[in-house]
Amino acid sequence: MPRWPGISEGVASVNGTMDVPAAIVPAPEELPLTVIEPRSGFSAADVQELWRYRELFYHLTLRELKLRYKQTILGVGWSLFQPLATVLVFVVFIGYMGKTAEGIDNYLLYVLLGVLPWNYFAQSVQNGGNSLIANERLVTKVFFPRLLLPLSNIGSATVDFLVALGLAALVMAVSGVSPGWSLLAVPLIVAMIFLTAVGFGVLFSALIVAQRDFRYLLQFGMQLWMFATPCIYLPVTTIGPTAQKILPLNPIYGLILAFRNCVLGLPWTAYEWYALGVSGTIGLLVLVVGLLYFRRVERTFADTI
Amino acid sequence: MKHAIRAENVSKFYSVGMTATGSRNLTETLRHSAGNVYRKVKSLLNPGRVGDHGFWAVNDVSFEIQPGEAVGVIGRNGAGKSTLFKLLSRITEPTKGRIELRGRLGSLLEVGTGFHQELTGRENIYLSGSILGMTRREINSKFDAIVQFAEIDTFLDTPVKRYSSGMYVRLAFGVIAHLEPEILIVDEVLAVGDAPFQKRCIDRMTQLTQSGKTILFVSHNMQQIPRLCKRGIMMDRGKLMMQGTATEVVQAYMDRLLTDARAGDLHEKPRTGDGRARFVGLQLVDGEHRPLSVFTCGDDMRIRLTIDAKTNLADVGVMVVVQTLDGLRVVSGWTKEIEYPVDLVPGEQTLECHLKGVRIRPGQTIMFALRMELNGNGAILDQLDNVAVYDVVDDERHHHLSANPDQGAFVCDYEWRRISSQQ
Repeated sequence: MPRWPGISEGVASVNGTMDVPAAIVPAPEELPLTVIEPRSGFSAADVQELWRYRELFYHLTLRELKLRYKQTILGVGWSLFQPLATVLVFVVFIGYMGKTAEGIDNYLLYVLLGVLPWNYFAQSVQNGGNSLIANERLVTKVFFPRLLLPLSNIGSATVDFLVALGLAALVMAVSGVSPGWSLLAVPLIVAMIFLTAVGFGVLFSALIVAQRDFRYLLQFGMQLWMFATPCIYLPVTTIGPTAQKILPLNPIYGLILAFRNCVLGLPWTAYEWYALGVSGTIGLLVLVVGLLYFRRVERTFADTI
Repeated sequence: MKHAIRAENVSKFYSVGMTATGSRNLTETLRHSAGNVYRKVKSLLNPGRVGDHGFWAVNDVSFEIQPGEAVGVIGRNGAGKSTLFKLLSRITEPTKGRIELRGRLGSLLEVGTGFHQELTGRENIYLSGSILGMTRREINSKFDAIVQFAEIDTFLDTPVKRYSSGMYVRLAFGVIAHLEPEILIVDEVLAVGDAPFQKRCIDRMTQLTQSGKTILFVSHNMQQIPRLCKRGIMMDRGKLMMQGTATEVVQAYMDRLLTDARAGDLHEKPRTGDGRARFVGLQLVDGEHRPLSVFTCGDDMRIRLTIDAKTNLADVGVMVVVQTLDGLRVVSGWTKEIEYPVDLVPGEQTLECHLKGVRIRPGQTIMFALRMELNGNGAILDQLDNVAVYDVVDDERHHHLSANPDQGAFVCDYEWRRISSQQ
């Protein structure tokens, strides 16, 4: 039945020339078998499947990076400008006006090395947390490991962070600060920050799918969280002894402390080890809980989102 | 030969949010909301659990499909076709049952999956391709073919938000057309796009089946299915009603649809609402109150609705919507819109909605959607979709009009004239 009388003949000839990729029909025995069955309870992440979709991870991360700076003049410069502005606010209002800077050699560098890992963490958790609802159409229209959405957001935040570290290196070079051997431990600390961010980001992304309350909780919680991480801008000695004990329960606290110490080659006291140990343990705990919870509810994302 | 798809007793349950009933004092409200919060927090751990409130979107469905078969899936809206497709493509998980798939499965539940407005054509080809399951190597090798197919080479590095809608659809389909999974699931993709585009889709699907791919295909276009598919599956209210050759199944579906809806009796129709009042009959009548069996384009449409109420109900809003067979809503009459007061008394009563000069294209088939609610709090008393089928016929006034539904469901007088010409 020609649906458009008078036009359909032309259409047919256009389609007659359509390029047809050659068909490859392998024997059915060779084809992989997929079994779809209801799962229940907690289960570990399907690493094999994640690996199969590694190219999608790359493309999604690339998309996040590209999208962030489309139609901007500064482009990737924004990933430097943002932390710089925050650092300046701290330097002016807390450093000079609040007199905390006294006794710290280079307060600007000190704050920069607190703000950068914090921004990395906060951005990862926030973007990772919102990644599922931001990609609702993908979640409801096509299958791929859902974990890739928060992971690719955190991946792109990691790239931003690495760019910003270049800035920190520049500031260090200009101000003549040379790092010590402890610099070699920095990748390890960054990996721990990454894993902690994955834990929170993945956990929140799954919670936000079920209840949007968590989205608002995350939004203003992030601001409170920054104040609960005073090591970004305050030396440990200015904090009371009880607070010193409790603060590492905030997993990013000990990691930021360790990050700066490693970059600047500052002395490690028992306290830094204590803070790193407690924060690191809690961070890994959150990672495990986050991944388990995500896997448990993942199968209903398309229904509940 | 081993099957390409085997589904065994597949079921999917969807829970529905609980609705509040009646008014409460503050304590009860608080207790109720506390209970709600508790349930919600509990459901964070066990989402999608089978409970009292909900329905089986897919109910105990079993079938087998052999490699190289093209199967059309037919059913009304809400029959469970889309849910079945989501289960097959692993977007959501079955509540019960087991599905086996042999080979890579690609699902096309929309055109332009994974496309992002801000990204360029080139970027979108890679992104969308990888989301749909192509490897980078595959995309690289088909990149030129996709670009050529979409005819966008000069716009390759322009964000797709600047594309015309035609270019956008061509590019999206270009990516799809070069996917080569062993099993392909296509849901209503053909509903978008112009006629040449639909033709391309059909051609491509024919080629795919000829080259041994397995295709599952949903369409509301009953002419398309037998042309594309050898086999058919009919679903209704979550259950698999029939399997057979595509022609058989389409015929059975059409018969069922028409006999089902043709009768003006609405007692047994599937519906939602609290049921304090129900629509029990619908009949078109002419100016002399004689019942009609067809509707004539351009006539007044008088829709008689018989309503059975259990109690006295004051300030009721009644709406009747005229829709085409494929679900397009054409015109409606709503008592609230023109502030016509309706109070219901216990027992049966009849209302008439008089739509003046309704010009639906001859050759169309129309159905009705009905809705009755309390204007005060919006509580839905009764709601039905796709009831009472009438064919639209023409008379001397509209003989000259084409019956092609692609030219729009609505007709009006029109003329053409030349505004300017060179020379």
